[in-house]
Amino acid sequence: MTIPLLSLMTFLPLVGMVIILCLNRERHVNAIRGVATVFAALSFLVSAYLFLPFNSADSAIQLEEKALWFDAAGFVVNYHMGIDGLSLPLIFLTTLLTLLSVIYSWRITERVKEYMAFFMLLEVGMLGVFCALDFFLFYVFWEVSLVPMYFLIGIWGGPRREYAAIKFFIYTLVGSLAMLLAILAMYFTSQPHTFDIIELTNQKLFAGPFGFGVKHFWVATLAFWGFFLGFAIKVPLFPFHTWLPDAHVEAPTAGSVILAGVLLKMGTYGFVRVSLPMLPGPAQYFAVVIVLLALASIIYGALVAMAQTDLKKLIAYSSVNHMGYVMLGVAAAVGATVPDRYGPTLEVARITALNGAVLQMFNHGIITGALFFLVGVIYDRAHTRDLNSFGGLAKQMPVYAGIMMMASFASLGLPTLSGFVSEFLVFVGSFGVYRVFTALAVLGVIFTAVYFLWMIQRIFLGPLNRQWTELTDMDGGELVATVPLCFLMLFIGIYPRPLLDLINTAMSGLVYEMSQVIHLVQGWGMWG
Amino acid sequence: MLQLAWITPLLPLAACAVLIFFGSALRKRIGERVGWIGVAGIAATIPFSVGCLVELLLGAAPVDVTAVWGHIGGRAMEVGYAVDPLAAVMLTMVSIVATCIQVYSIGYMHGDARFQRFFAYLSLFCACMLMLVLANNFVMIYGGWELVGLCSYLLIGFWFEKRSAYLAAKKAFITNRVGDFGFALGILVLFFYVPELHFGKVFAAAANHEIPLLWLGIAAFLLFCGAIGKSAQFPLHTWLPDAMEGPTPVSALIHAATMVAAGVYMVARLFTIFYLPTAEQGLPFGELFGISPLLWVGIIGLITALMAAIIGVVQSDIKRVLAYSTISQLGYMMVGLAMGPIGFVAGVFHLITHAFFKALLFLGSGSVIHACHEEQDIWKMGGLARKAPITFVTFWAGTLALAGIFPFAGFFSKDEILAATFHNAAAHWVYWVFFIGLELAAFLTAFYMGRCCFLTFSGEARSDKAAHAHESPAVMTVPLVILAVFAVFLGWVGSPWVGGNLFHHFVHYAPPVAEATHGAAHGAAAAAHGGGEAAGFSWLVASISTLMALAGLGLSAAIYRLNLIPVSWIKTPLYPLYYAARHKFWFDDIYEGVIVRGVVLLANILRWVDTNIVDGVVNLIGWGVRVGVATVCGFIDKWIVDGAVNLIGWLTGRVGEYGSRLQTGRVQEYISALVFLGCAAAAALYLAILALPYLEPHLGFIGVWFGR
Repeated sequence: MTIPLLSLMTFLPLVGMVIILCLNRERHVNAIRGVATVFAALSFLVSAYLFLPFNSADSAIQLEEKALWFDAAGFVVNYHMGIDGLSLPLIFLTTLLTLLSVIYSWRITERVKEYMAFFMLLEVGMLGVFCALDFFLFYVFWEVSLVPMYFLIGIWGGPRREYAAIKFFIYTLVGSLAMLLAILAMYFTSQPHTFDIIELTNQKLFAGPFGFGVKHFWVATLAFWGFFLGFAIKVPLFPFHTWLPDAHVEAPTAGSVILAGVLLKMGTYGFVRVSLPMLPGPAQYFAVVIVLLALASIIYGALVAMAQTDLKKLIAYSSVNHMGYVMLGVAAAVGATVPDRYGPTLEVARITALNGAVLQMFNHGIITGALFFLVGVIYDRAHTRDLNSFGGLAKQMPVYAGIMMMASFASLGLPTLSGFVSEFLVFVGSFGVYRVFTALAVLGVIFTAVYFLWMIQRIFLGPLNRQWTELTDMDGGELVATVPLCFLMLFIGIYPRPLLDLINTAMSGLVYEMSQVIHLVQGWGMWG
Repeated sequence: MLQLAWITPLLPLAACAVLIFFGSALRKRIGERVGWIGVAGIAATIPFSVGCLVELLLGAAPVDVTAVWGHIGGRAMEVGYAVDPLAAVMLTMVSIVATCIQVYSIGYMHGDARFQRFFAYLSLFCACMLMLVLANNFVMIYGGWELVGLCSYLLIGFWFEKRSAYLAAKKAFITNRVGDFGFALGILVLFFYVPELHFGKVFAAAANHEIPLLWLGIAAFLLFCGAIGKSAQFPLHTWLPDAMEGPTPVSALIHAATMVAAGVYMVARLFTIFYLPTAEQGLPFGELFGISPLLWVGIIGLITALMAAIIGVVQSDIKRVLAYSTISQLGYMMVGLAMGPIGFVAGVFHLITHAFFKALLFLGSGSVIHACHEEQDIWKMGGLARKAPITFVTFWAGTLALAGIFPFAGFFSKDEILAATFHNAAAHWVYWVFFIGLELAAFLTAFYMGRCCFLTFSGEARSDKAAHAHESPAVMTVPLVILAVFAVFLGWVGSPWVGGNLFHHFVHYAPPVAEATHGAAHGAAAAAHGGGEAAGFSWLVASISTLMALAGLGLSAAIYRLNLIPVSWIKTPLYPLYYAARHKFWFDDIYEGVIVRGVVLLANILRWVDTNIVDGVVNLIGWGVRVGVATVCGFIDKWIVDGAVNLIGWLTGRVGEYGSRLQTGRVQEYISALVFLGCAAAAALYLAILALPYLEPHLGFIGVWFGR
């Protein structure tokens, strides 16, 4: 009998949660923390082990687990899990960030039992989303990940936590509902009716050229925009991003890390897992909208970040900025361009863009995760995040300054750090599809440099503000949480091949499949 | 040694790692001897780089080694390193100059609180610079390019407590990013046509006409934007004078000898991309805005050379004089490259000689500043010749080299550039502009350097600090002497009397042959073509430029040393120019006042829009739902679907109460409203989907309206 690795990994934290719930909230505080850490670590180990049985040369879904869940008068729902080169990096990211967050969260003293229990549940939800291959299951996990985050923000958050938590919850729920409608649309269009993601993709429901008046135009459009809303709110794509800064600012440090590091990826993951393969026609038809919104996220996000005085808000807007690159790559992977021009290189460009987008998801997770940890470090000590109140901390906290600068430079795309590789791939790929838009997006790189350098200046440079002579440098727990992320930034920045080849196999397969379903070179030609 | 060239960046990198992680501990143990770790890291590269150079000189074939960086589709993206004559001379220059400067730094940085950190950064810089030089692909050259920028940022802002220092650091990085925006776009354009990273493959494709000439030209122009930023060319030159806020060895190594020359090196490395559009369409006018990319390089170079020389004349800070002189000389190199294959070697040669004598001058200025107790104003110096004799002699050697006086190094390299413009002028009148412009710049160069030297070393001390000046320790003067030897004698390798211009035969440009087998395209093509044609040594050009240099020095001596001519004789008739030069032609004011303020203002406006409009709409909808829909739903709840929804409401109520810190109520309302809406929408959707197959044939008319 083979061990169901994916289920094991996904539900280990649930076991941890149950154990935590059985412990006494006052007497077993350290035991609760220990159990959470152990189960997060176990889940992490299983996810790391996945790389061994996983065949990175195979673009198909692997390590599949499929069983009938329920069959209510023909309404068949399967328990279907599986991974490919798209989900594996994200799973690894999830377990890694959760483990680091739990370690970091040892410093939480308020209602530890609930906190850790919610964290475990959150991990279950996130891992489930990345593994699930049945829409019903996918939706369940999607919602499961929502609830614990709502409580993490609402209970352990900052002063405006209620507003932020409700806003986060309702906004995302609206998106979820839109997604639910889209799922139903897919279900009722499919023949035979199915919720299975792989099955739905293979049915090629909307094959052939797509445009106004073709068969199923309305259903496909509805499904596409339903998914779009669900995913775009999660990403978040401009103009659906305003829940993000509020949620981030109010969330506890570890909550921000998971929110930015993993939850946002669920949106972009949805685009690549669902929108592109299932609805390539509508995706191509409407890609120009995604490009425009991605471009807006990049430029607008960067400029708004520049104007922030709250450190955490700045990093939050930088996420809008950086997730814009992911969406640019996603749109370029399917976007239409000038007909019959640059045929052979066009497919390379699409694959490059999509590889870059997926790698950027991973990189943004580790970089922004690290940045949010680092914001927590300074907030715990200074009890303020006002950039203008700092100054000269490089002298007071040299290790902190070094790590923060490394993460910032990774985020602004300095070569040999991971952000560069993915941004580079997104740009070179997207440029093959959208020249003007990509050129404008590259402009965002300048603004990114501006706001990060300005941030560094305001926190670390200049004479030391007398107020902060008591601040101590990073402690052991904080270093344990951030140093592995820094190591990953450097490793992927220098030698992205292990990860990139893994992603490339899956993404090449996806682009190839899409070009089988529709002709990828036709339609809008104005931005060629 | 050629096969081991990849080691060279790793040696200083190892030194950097040791210094970063164990620097402070080591410093406590062995004191400032910790600096020698950095020196060892870079000095160890000298045998490798010189070995490469010698092997190539003896006729070994250039190496080009690649490894797979990742796959895109079925394509392998290759990165790696290549050592050809161009790279070899750069390697040698970088390792020797950097070693001298690191040794010097041990003296210069004595007593600094972050002594070990300084050497860590310098070592990191050396590693990145060597990587840039060795790169054979766009990823690594861009990577090295940005990383040297990072080191520049760290080192300009090394004394980060000083406001002017950290502002200068930020300015340098961001200005370079603006240029790199162009550089990146250039890479994108090339990748668009040739999805390869390796230079050789891209060149071969270009030679095979796989890239339309127009776009090749555009790519060249965009790549050059990177060089404009890095090499401080007009109009992005403003960061370099400010970069003088960094410690003087940094100015010498990064902002004079090596990093700023990277722009010139990049143009030389990618010369094919610049040259092909020009060559294919004939000199001098190509397609891009009516001007070929190479001519753009020349125009920018010429403007830079003249403008910076003019500003240099009115500077009073010794380091700023040298900074403007660097900008001006980089302009020279660009003009050299712009002269096509005959100028290629001249530009590269000037790059190499300039690196040595400019490093010498900067270190000399550091020694002067050190001697005068951190005084940098040349008007407060004077009479240092007697107090700091070694500095005095070596500084003059550098000055004469820079001014282009026979037989110092600058004479030969500068002369070659001038000879190239002169040679081209025979073909087209437009090159007379370059020739005359550069001669004028040569005159100005000699003048401001003469002014700087006379004010610093001659006459009487004009301040207390200068009066109590002292010579620097040996650890600082020995590097000066070594560099001075190069400044005096290096030019001869590019003279017609040594091996019939040895440098020329070694480093030259050969365009790739169409249909060349990739990979070995570099070497094979170079071997097949032999040397490019040479402009040759011209006695006429040599005499004119010597005359210019002597006139400049003479005039400065007459004004500042012999007091024969009052300054006002020159200043008054040229007052508008003087005024403009004093204000550095207002570039900083325009950038600061218009661009920086504009962007910050825009950012603040957008922040307002984000909180009040984008988010305002969200809150408005939230409010609408709460007030409107929730009321309606409450009504329906109560009277129609009471039981079911109340149950859900009760359940969510329990959930809501669980987080007892949260206020409840609102959540319940929201959730019940949303659940209801969801059910209603799902039902509507279900009906719509069922109905669609029947409706669809009748909906076609809408498509007709939109003219599908």
